[in-house]
Amino acid sequence: MGKQLLLEHVNVPGIEKLDVYRAHGGYKALEKALRMKPDELVEEVKKSGLRGRGGAGFPTGMKWSFLAKPEGVPRHLVCNADESEPGTFKDRYLMSHLPHLLVEGMIVSSFALGANTSYIYIRGELLYVYHILEKAIAEAYAAGLLGKNILGSGYDLDLYVQPGGGAYICGEETALIESLEGKRGNPRIKPPFPAVAGVWGRPTVVNNVETIAATVPIVNMGGEEYAKIGIGKSTGTKLISACGHINKPGVYEIELGLPVEEFLNSDQYCGGVKNGRKLKAVVAGGSSVPILPADLILTTAKGEPRLMSYESLADGGFQTGTMLGSGGFIVLDETASVVKNLWNFTRFYHHESCGQCSPCREGTGWMEKVLHRIVEGHGKPEDIDLLWDIQSKIDGKTICPLGDAASWPVASAIRHFRAEFEEYIKHPEKIKDVKHYYSVRNQTAPVA
Amino acid sequence: MSKEYKFSDETLALAQRIIKRYPEGKQKSALLPLLHLAQMEFDGWLSAPAMDYVASLLKIQPIEVYEVASFYTMFNLKPVGKCLIEVCRTGPCWLLGAEDIVKHIEKKLNIKEGETTPDGMFTLKTVECLAACGTAPIIQVGETYHENMTCEKVDEMLNDYKSKGERKTHFDKKHVNANQH
Repeated sequence: MGKQLLLEHVNVPGIEKLDVYRAHGGYKALEKALRMKPDELVEEVKKSGLRGRGGAGFPTGMKWSFLAKPEGVPRHLVCNADESEPGTFKDRYLMSHLPHLLVEGMIVSSFALGANTSYIYIRGELLYVYHILEKAIAEAYAAGLLGKNILGSGYDLDLYVQPGGGAYICGEETALIESLEGKRGNPRIKPPFPAVAGVWGRPTVVNNVETIAATVPIVNMGGEEYAKIGIGKSTGTKLISACGHINKPGVYEIELGLPVEEFLNSDQYCGGVKNGRKLKAVVAGGSSVPILPADLILTTAKGEPRLMSYESLADGGFQTGTMLGSGGFIVLDETASVVKNLWNFTRFYHHESCGQCSPCREGTGWMEKVLHRIVEGHGKPEDIDLLWDIQSKIDGKTICPLGDAASWPVASAIRHFRAEFEEYIKHPEKIKDVKHYYSVRNQTAPVA
Repeated sequence: MSKEYKFSDETLALAQRIIKRYPEGKQKSALLPLLHLAQMEFDGWLSAPAMDYVASLLKIQPIEVYEVASFYTMFNLKPVGKCLIEVCRTGPCWLLGAEDIVKHIEKKLNIKEGETTPDGMFTLKTVECLAACGTAPIIQVGETYHENMTCEKVDEMLNDYKSKGERKTHFDKKHVNANQH
C-alpha cells in the first residue's frame, strides 16, 4: 500500500470521535493554519498542485484565487458531498469513518477563503452520514474548534450540514447552490461563476469532500512536500472506489501514478477479476467517463503502461483514452454485456436529467428508448448510427455537463464495442442467453 | 381536513434551529431539511396540506414547496407503506444481481415495483445509485443501508421489519433531539 494521507487512521477504533482523532494528530493542521495568513494558505494549496477530486480535476488553488472579495459581502465555502456518480462511494466512506477530517478541512479552507459561514451539502440518501457529521460538528463546537474566536485566533466560523432530496444533478455546483437555496436543482448558466455570484448571490467556492479533506495533509506537510507525491501534474493521493466484477471491492487510497494493472490485480487493491474470469472492460472514473476495453485500460494506444493519473488515463483523448473522473472504478468481466450496461447507464441519465435543456431532456430519453429496443431484441441496423447521431447532438450543447456525461458512455461503447451492438441486432435470439449480471441466488459458483 | 398538520414541539424546535442556519431573509434555504422532517412527522409522505404547513413555517408560497417536492426523488407525493424498500438499480448494483433482488421482493410480497402491500407495511421502489457500489447489491430502508444483499438476507430483513411494524423514514425520529447547534 502506498502513502496514506487521508485514510492513515481509518481503522483506528473510535476515530470518528474528537478525542481519538486529536490523539492521532487531528486538528494539528488547523492549529498551524490559524498561525498563518489566509493568502499564505491559498499559496500552499497552489503549490501542492491539488486538483478537484470530484471529477473535473480543476486546480483547487486556482479556483480559490478566483474568489471575489468585495468589501462587506460575506463569502461562503460549500462542500459538495452530493456523491451520486454511479461507481463512486469514496466520499461516503471518508465522511462516515473520518468525519473530523472533513470538519478540520472545512475550517482550514474556510479560514483560507475568509468565509465565516460554511455548509456541507450532503445527498439526502446519506442522512445517516448527515447525523455522523452533525455529531462531529457538535463536538468541534464544544471544544472551541468552531464558533466564535476559534482556538483564540479571533477567527469565527459556523459550519452547517444540509441534506439534499435525491437528485444526481445537485452534484453539479450551480445546481447544488440552487438546491442549497431551497429550490429545484436546475444548473445555472455561467458566467457569472459561483466565485463571483454563488449562494444567495454571494462569492462562493464549491469543493468536493476529498478535495477539502486533502487540505489537511497539505497544511501539515506543506504544499511543496505534497507536490512531490504522485506523478507530474497529478500530485498527491486519490481515493479510488473499486466495484463490479473484482475480488476486493472497496475504497483505496492510491498514490497517483500507480499502474492500472497493479491496481486491478494486486491483492493490496482490487485483487483481480472475480472467479478467475477475463477482464472485458473498465469504466475508470465513474459512469460518465468513456468505457475502455481491457487492452486500452491496461496500456495506452502507444503501448505504454496506463497509470492511475489524470494525464495517463486521458492519454489518447477520447479515441483511445478516458478520464480519472471521480475515481469510481467499475470492472466488467467477460460475461458482462457492454450494451446492457450502457442501456442501464443511459436510463440513469434520462432519469436524472433536470429537463432544462432540450438536447439532454429529449436526447437522453431517445437514447434510452433506442437502447431498450436493442436489448429487447428489436434493434435495427441503423440504430447504431442513430445512437451516435443523438449523442453527438447532446455533447457540449447543454448548460451543464450532465449532457456530456450522458453522451460519452454511448459514444465510447459504440467506438470500442460496435461489434457487440451488431451482434445483438443481427441475432436477437441470442440476447436471452446473455448473462450480463451475477445471480445473487448463485453468488459463489460461476454462472456461465 | 380532519387531520391537523403540525410538527410536534420537539420537531418544531429542530425546524426552528435549522432555519436559523441560513442568513436573515433566506429561510427558504431550509426547505429540503424541513421536507424530510415533514415526511418523518406525517406518515412518510407529503400531502398538499403537509406541504402547505411547511410553506407557512418558512413564510413562502405553497407553490414554492410543491415545485421543489416534485423535483426530488426522495419526497413521496403519494402515501407509502411503513417501510419504503428502495432497491438500487444502477450499473454496479445491477451487475451484481439487483434485478434478482427486485424480482424476489416482488414475488415475496406479491406486489409490483411502485406498489404497496395491502396491509400497508411495505412499498417497493427502485432507485438510482446509492453510492455504495462496493457492497452491491444495496437496499435502503429509512436511514439504513442493507449491503451485500442476497435473497436470504432480503427474507430476514423483511421478517425483521414486519415483526417490529415500525414506520421507517429517511430522517429517523431518534435524531430529533440530537442536533442542538
